Amino acid sequence: MPDAHDTSAPDPLAPPAIEVLSAQKTYPNGTVALQPVDLTIQEGEFVTLLGPSGCGKSTLLKMVAGLLAPSDGRLLLWRKPVAQLHDCPQKLAFVFQSPTLMPWASVQANVRLPLDLAGVPRAEADARVGEALALVGLSRFAKALPRALSGGMQMRVSIARGLVVQPNLLLMDEPFGALDEITRHKLDADLLELWRKKKLTVVFVTHSIHEAVFLSSRVVMMAARPGRIVEEVHIDQPYPRTPEFMVTPEFSHYARRLQESLLRASQSTDEEAYA
Amino acid sequence: MSAVRRPLLQQPRVQRVVYPALVAVVLIGLWQALVTGLQLPPYLVPSPGLMMQTLFTDWASLGLSLLVTLKITLLSFLLATLVGVLISFLFVQSRAIETALFPYAVLLQVTPIVAVAPLIIIWVKNPTASLVICAALVALFPIISNTTLGLRSIDPDLHSYFSMNRATRTQVLLRLRIPSALPYFFGGLRISSGLALIGAVVAEFVAGTGGNGTGLAYQILQAGYQLNIPRMFAALLLISLTGVALFVLMAWLSRLALGSWHASELSQD
Repeated sequence: MPDAHDTSAPDPLAPPAIEVLSAQKTYPNGTVALQPVDLTIQEGEFVTLLGPSGCGKSTLLKMVAGLLAPSDGRLLLWRKPVAQLHDCPQKLAFVFQSPTLMPWASVQANVRLPLDLAGVPRAEADARVGEALALVGLSRFAKALPRALSGGMQMRVSIARGLVVQPNLLLMDEPFGALDEITRHKLDADLLELWRKKKLTVVFVTHSIHEAVFLSSRVVMMAARPGRIVEEVHIDQPYPRTPEFMVTPEFSHYARRLQESLLRASQSTDEEAYA
Repeated sequence: MSAVRRPLLQQPRVQRVVYPALVAVVLIGLWQALVTGLQLPPYLVPSPGLMMQTLFTDWASLGLSLLVTLKITLLSFLLATLVGVLISFLFVQSRAIETALFPYAVLLQVTPIVAVAPLIIIWVKNPTASLVICAALVALFPIISNTTLGLRSIDPDLHSYFSMNRATRTQVLLRLRIPSALPYFFGGLRISSGLALIGAVVAEFVAGTGGNGTGLAYQILQAGYQLNIPRMFAALLLISLTGVALFVLMAWLSRLALGSWHASELSQD
């Protein structure tokens, strides 16, 4: 079997990283969080789930991570059910909306957590933590407590904790939503850099159209009430993308297209609601 | 560290000692003045001076009683902490266990110890053990309820993260639940340390009539029978000081454990 990680272009023979097969989520009280959705994500893609709150984008991401079970349908990672992922050589990492760090533990100990839980020997773990912190530019803060860091730096720690397991798949649930615009742009750019350097597959949830266009190779547009996928848009623009990309006509074109699609989706929902 | 040192009296650390001390000086002065001014007899209200004098002259027996009360307080506090923490661990293992047992923890809390103490003193032969059990019963509940609350007060996302990494129950307990519970646990300790002292004194009162007690409560009973009010005041002073010392000790422990990370212990400067 060819090793998919040596090639930068997606290998058509490699198993897709994620296959969502008619997965849906209905809560016991009858609320439909997500209508049945189908979605295939190849290795090496940067896919954004974009939509308003209540569209089920976080629900979908949590089902991919195995944090939520679908009410019906199946989710496969590298052709294996999510629950069996720990038997696979591939690894996934999840980055939450908030940094989700242990306030009592140093940055280093926080990043080391997944390795500690897996029983990795301390010396090896510390070496890998050092690498991960270097990747997010926080080597100087290894001994600091989370509260001593800014929101953006805490988020970097959270990303380092994701990277330390050397994941193939990085799932991010609105990770930069709580940060100011300038910090967010910086982290977006850094994330793209990491994605390329580490040949990751990234699924990124956001409600920002601009963030989605800037980051993704493909945007999956979702709509609310009921949560569903309405459209998929390929952003056929070359990487590496610099902040200058955000002032090009192509960028505006994609942003407008997504904006209109979002409006249309919410209008159709409103008409149904008032019909 | 500020570059410019503020005057001594404007430093919060100094203020914390000096301000209450000033109140004490004023109150004691007022007390002394009232006693001498109104010529109150010492068998009603002794002056602070007389109280201190009695404390020194009767130190041989009062000091021994202090040791006894202190021993019972500390033993019962340790017992309550140990048992309380174990029960909390049990409670967080399953909601069913907590639902089944929590009403009995409440029952334990609301039953007045004065009413139960005679029974315990009859059942338990060893006088020290019976007093320790009584006092521990009083101190137990805040530790159970605070620690249980703390062990449950974990960040749900962090908990998800642990389960996603297939953490075992023990790992979740040691690495997530216990650290999250520490601020609540120390809050419980502060309340319980005072309650252990109250429990010890109450139990001594009950047992004292049976001739078992040599603790401070027994001294107060004896002094009451003999109308030796200065001695009663001296014993009261020792009980209060013991309570204050316990509280300070708990605050210090809490600061030691949480000082670097928890909001409750960060300085307000």
